[in-house]
Amino acid sequence: MDFNEVPVTSERKSKKKKNKKAGNKRVSEAENGESAGVEKKSEEKIMENGESSAAFPPTFSVSEIKNKQRRHMMFMKLKQEKRKQKLQLRKKKKKERAALGDKAPPKEVPKTIENQRVFDETTVDPEDEEIAFDEGTDEFSAYFNRLTNPQVLITTSDRPRGKTVRFCEQLASVIPNAHVYYRRGLALKKIIPQCVARNFTYLMVVNEDRLVPNGLVLCHLPDGPTAHFKVSSVRLRKEIKRRGKDPTEHSPEVILNNFSTRLGHTIARLFAALFPQDPNFVGRQVATFHNQRDFIFFRFHRYIFKNEKKVGIQELGPRFTLKLRSLQKGTFDSKYGEYEWVLKRHEMDACRRKFQL
Amino acid sequence: MQHDDVIWDIIGNKQFCSFKVKTKSQNFCRNEFNITGLCNRSSCPLSNSQYATIREEKGQCFLYMKVIERAAFPARMWEKVKLSKNYEKALEQIDQNLIYWPRFIRHKCKQRFTKITQYLIRMRKLVLKRQRKLVPLSRKVESREKRKEEKALIAAQLDNAIEKELLERLKQGTYGDIYNFPVHAFDKALEQQDHESESESEEEEAEEEVEQREFVAEDEVEESDLSDFEDMNKLKTSSDEEEQESSEGEEQQEESSDEEEAGASTSKSAARGRKRRAFVEIEYEREVEPVSKSRDF
Repeated sequence: MDFNEVPVTSERKSKKKKNKKAGNKRVSEAENGESAGVEKKSEEKIMENGESSAAFPPTFSVSEIKNKQRRHMMFMKLKQEKRKQKLQLRKKKKKERAALGDKAPPKEVPKTIENQRVFDETTVDPEDEEIAFDEGTDEFSAYFNRLTNPQVLITTSDRPRGKTVRFCEQLASVIPNAHVYYRRGLALKKIIPQCVARNFTYLMVVNEDRLVPNGLVLCHLPDGPTAHFKVSSVRLRKEIKRRGKDPTEHSPEVILNNFSTRLGHTIARLFAALFPQDPNFVGRQVATFHNQRDFIFFRFHRYIFKNEKKVGIQELGPRFTLKLRSLQKGTFDSKYGEYEWVLKRHEMDACRRKFQL
Repeated sequence: MQHDDVIWDIIGNKQFCSFKVKTKSQNFCRNEFNITGLCNRSSCPLSNSQYATIREEKGQCFLYMKVIERAAFPARMWEKVKLSKNYEKALEQIDQNLIYWPRFIRHKCKQRFTKITQYLIRMRKLVLKRQRKLVPLSRKVESREKRKEEKALIAAQLDNAIEKELLERLKQGTYGDIYNFPVHAFDKALEQQDHESESESEEEEAEEEVEQREFVAEDEVEESDLSDFEDMNKLKTSSDEEEQESSEGEEQQEESSDEEEAGASTSKSAARGRKRRAFVEIEYEREVEPVSKSRDF
């Protein structure tokens, strides 16, 4: 315990409290004379009382005081002492640093969760050939080889209300070549072959719960992977402060940040294939998917370069965050599908510094 | 003896019947053998000693009949006849069993049977359609995730990340020739030219004095770049974007207190930016992180 650092002030108080403590000890003895644990403690207190004129013995801990108020006070004092010491330490360090000037050792980098992230063995090495080969031949290769143009079909769960409908409309305005269709109680498994027949490349289903969109199923159509996300913090256009005018029809650029593992790469390609390959730079619009600690933040901005070192961005469009729940190999099939990855809360949430994407 | 009228007199009107449910407009009967479900003199199973109903068990329909001869034997009072699954045959069965019975009961039995078959058909159809699965949410988990999301948002510093990425792309030249101000590249080109011309001039000192290196003053640079900027303005095809630019210019001034004049045009701001670049480039960005947004709904 840190109690060796407790300076004199507490001792003074302890002297004042010696009588009280003695009383305490007597009371505690009287109450729990039988139980061995308390007896030991009372013995300790006797010893303490004998020695406490100078300092507490190191085995003392604040939690042993039975009286809540006094315990609380002692704890507060302990905290204050610690804080004071910390402050003194910092001042000292600062002075030393100032004194040394240039020769001072470099500042220590503070630990962040990103710094401390547990190394994931599936992290993609940019030069890995195997991965490059895989990505050349996976389901998105058609898109990345410019063979297909993305066509997105956006729909919802049954009977969408209010916010979900508007969210779908805004999504359709953000993603070029996107169409919104009302669900009308159709089964997804029946919709999918129809979509394939009409040359759609993507199916997006926005799930709604209590008037608010809360889930997203993103299905790459000709046999592609299906990703199921949890959607949160949806902000529609009118809820965004300081926003610009509505997005135009120009194809936006796409920014994908922080997708480092294999799984992250798959998801990133999933997002990338939503947008046409050639963005209209004239439009100056950019859609960002930023992954941070397994949350994917989507933003839609319009940018302008003020000079070659500064750029201003203005948020248009909806914003939302996604969290991946499952990735399935084929198209949407909840019963018999082959799941590539499923969020298992107990395993994956156990470590705070371990992330999947 | 069964005194139907007396029974009805008591339970129907004057006193209490435990199966009766009273509403503002109607009285209902909760007795399971009741054929219509209403509390009427002719529909009450307690006050009619000759009575028949249709009931359904696990998809099978049965005809229950009660006659006055068995009124003294409550255990055997109701005769149960299984009806065929074929609708027409079942109707015939009802007719056969209830031959010589009052019209009302026969009619109501058939009506009830029809209704039951209809809802059974509907149940079977619904099972084949999509069924909604309810997934329970755990409050603790949800609040934990929400908190993690907020922290992740703060750690992400989205605006900075996006701006950095865009500037990198500009540097790498993905935008091609659209933006003409890469002074960086200009400087580099200048430097290159310097090196070249130095090496050249060493060799060809006497010959080429026409090719003099001109160290261009900043003002001139500004003008040329200003004109470039105006060109960029012309690049915007729709008037909307022009308006946008001016409004953007205004709005960006809110963001970066580097440009403090209100309502300045973008060219002016570019000029100021250029001038200031000679001294110190301080970029203040007032980022109002929308953390509060996730809290207010």
